[in-house]
Amino acid sequence: MIFLRKQLPVAIAFVLGMFTLIIFYIPAPAMQGVGDRLKIFVMIIGAFAMLLGINSILGQHIEKIGKKRSGYGYSWVLIIGFVAMMIAWIPWWAAPPEGAAVYYPWGGLENNKGVFYWMFFWILVPMQATMFSILAFFIASAAYRSFRAKTLEATVLLVAAVIVMLGRVPLGTSLTSWLSDAGFWNNLRLETMTSWLLNIPNAAGFRGIVLGVALGIIATSVRIIFGVEKTYLGGGD
Amino acid sequence: MVGKGFRNLLFLALAIVALAFPSPISAAPLGEGASFSVEREPPPITPPVLLAFEPPTEIEARDLPNDAGNSVIITWRRSSSALEDVRYTVYFSEGVAGPYKPLPFDFRPIGFDDNLVIDNLQYFRYERANRDYQYVIMDFTAFDAAASETYDRELKEYKKQQKLGNPVGPEPVLYVYDWSDLYFKLGITTNSAVRLFDGPPLHAVPVAQWFDWSKFNNLVMAAAFLVVILFFIETARRRKFYIRRIAGLDAVDEAIGRATEMGRPIFYLCGLDPMTTVSTIAATNLLGHVAKAVANYESQIKVPCFDPIVMSVCQETVREAYYEAGRPDAYNSDNVFFITSDQFSYVAAVNGMMVRERPAANFFFGYYYAESLLLGEVGQSTGAIQIAGTDSNVQIPFFITSCDYVLIGEELYAASAYISREPKLLGSVKASDMAKAVIIVVLLLGLVFSVALLVGALGNGANALGGLGEKMEYFMELFNEHI
Repeated sequence: MIFLRKQLPVAIAFVLGMFTLIIFYIPAPAMQGVGDRLKIFVMIIGAFAMLLGINSILGQHIEKIGKKRSGYGYSWVLIIGFVAMMIAWIPWWAAPPEGAAVYYPWGGLENNKGVFYWMFFWILVPMQATMFSILAFFIASAAYRSFRAKTLEATVLLVAAVIVMLGRVPLGTSLTSWLSDAGFWNNLRLETMTSWLLNIPNAAGFRGIVLGVALGIIATSVRIIFGVEKTYLGGGD
Repeated sequence: MVGKGFRNLLFLALAIVALAFPSPISAAPLGEGASFSVEREPPPITPPVLLAFEPPTEIEARDLPNDAGNSVIITWRRSSSALEDVRYTVYFSEGVAGPYKPLPFDFRPIGFDDNLVIDNLQYFRYERANRDYQYVIMDFTAFDAAASETYDRELKEYKKQQKLGNPVGPEPVLYVYDWSDLYFKLGITTNSAVRLFDGPPLHAVPVAQWFDWSKFNNLVMAAAFLVVILFFIETARRRKFYIRRIAGLDAVDEAIGRATEMGRPIFYLCGLDPMTTVSTIAATNLLGHVAKAVANYESQIKVPCFDPIVMSVCQETVREAYYEAGRPDAYNSDNVFFITSDQFSYVAAVNGMMVRERPAANFFFGYYYAESLLLGEVGQSTGAIQIAGTDSNVQIPFFITSCDYVLIGEELYAASAYISREPKLLGSVKASDMAKAVIIVVLLLGLVFSVALLVGALGNGANALGGLGEKMEYFMELFNEHI
């Protein structure tokens, strides 16, 4: 049992990990073909795992409805939406004649892709856009908290942020447009300061993080390939 | 009057007959039969701009090294003529006798000193070692893909027209090229004319290689780093390593304790990337430790997942953690669940749960995209302690503004070792630190050489340090090209 639960997965991780590492250096089609096939395996496993995911989410919500837990009405919305999208994808219903535009009385002249696409473009996409647009308000609230000049670091952040924000919009750059765009005075123009902040200190910080991340990824990969780290299998190391 | 009218009608009738049945000579197509009466289309005249172009010399075609046998490189010494109104073109054939067909693009080569617009960059490179040479790479994979795409489009249109009952020509056929033995001709072109350079066709045989020598430096560095990691893992068994304090990880126990006191759940998110991403693996590693602590505190952990495979791994990880903590009865598999693989639908669901259930602590580990701030801000508004850790450098600022503690970049990968204090894991973290020390030394050397380059430039290039600086600049250019 221990062999199946611990030793076999570690052995598989070692063999496949080393193989994937080695084929990175071998361009021959024979090896790349095996690598491509492994990627297809991953896709197949992912497709079957989606069944597990569907089972998980539907099971949860059906149970919620069955036990009439708080907010079970939302579970009905989820299940109805799930079933409606599945039915809409049935080919004879989803695919009107080629080239024919379909007019839906409940709103919108849509392309010839059918009910599924109508639901996708006119229900799901606007809801996604709504969620994304909330980000603008959250950026404002997060910026307000971060830019309060309580400490030296926060003050530096505030000053840098104001310069970059002004330097990226025409109104901001017009504030210093009267300065000469050559020689020393060019350095004091907002767009020049913005470029410097983004390209020098900001890029340096980002590259430091990227280098650290790259080394961390290699170290973690080695730990997993050589079976030093087994936490992902569950339990201790 | 009548006779005149009749004559007019007769002329009109004859004119109609003449128009309806035109002369067979004038109606003949431009070909063999019509050549005697209709002037033949003049042969295309090569524009002076093409004739005046000085052909490049030393034109060669050869197999591109370090590839899967799917590319050929054509090189030549730069022409003395300027490429103002013309562009290079390449014709290829499967046999020496032809027919020669043009590649589906023209290109304007650049050299190191040129500052021209780069067209079809993927096909064109320059040799830094010798600036007088230029070359083009013909990638058959890309060519086959483009041909296949064109065929699919034409076939679809053919079937559509056939279905609508419109007249159609012959069914499109996908010609499969034999790329094993190829002949090329180099030329120049304007929009309307082509001039192929004189000389025998260029011959090349693509060959697949078993080792990519362009990655040899990568292999050496990877092997060296691997040795360092294994050395430190071995050393860690005998010696205790110091790891600096990571505030975010020290706060994990505090957050779990708070959740226990408040009687509220803990939310743990593994990011939006699949299980094949190392940051997701790191997040699931950390989940094992957090779940064990949660089991010990008799608190409750909820893991909403974005990916069904990640969900399966998380379920196993949490279950094993509860078993290890001696609390298998407290494990509830429903607490590790799949939501959706759609980014904003996932955020909407998790944010809704945060608002309804008011978790005492939120853990955001793994890789995140635009949803990071949406999750962080809503969690912050519910008053939860929030600890985030991501290697997505563009999302780190958003987590910093909305979370109490943030593991920045590599700290996420060190987290499992930090919490477990397992010597072998700490050894690998120490090895990363050593590699970072080496990188810092290289960067300092780069700084010195760059300053030397500046000094050399000021001294008219006569300074020996300036030469070192130039080499360093070349190295950095190669580095940037290969990253």
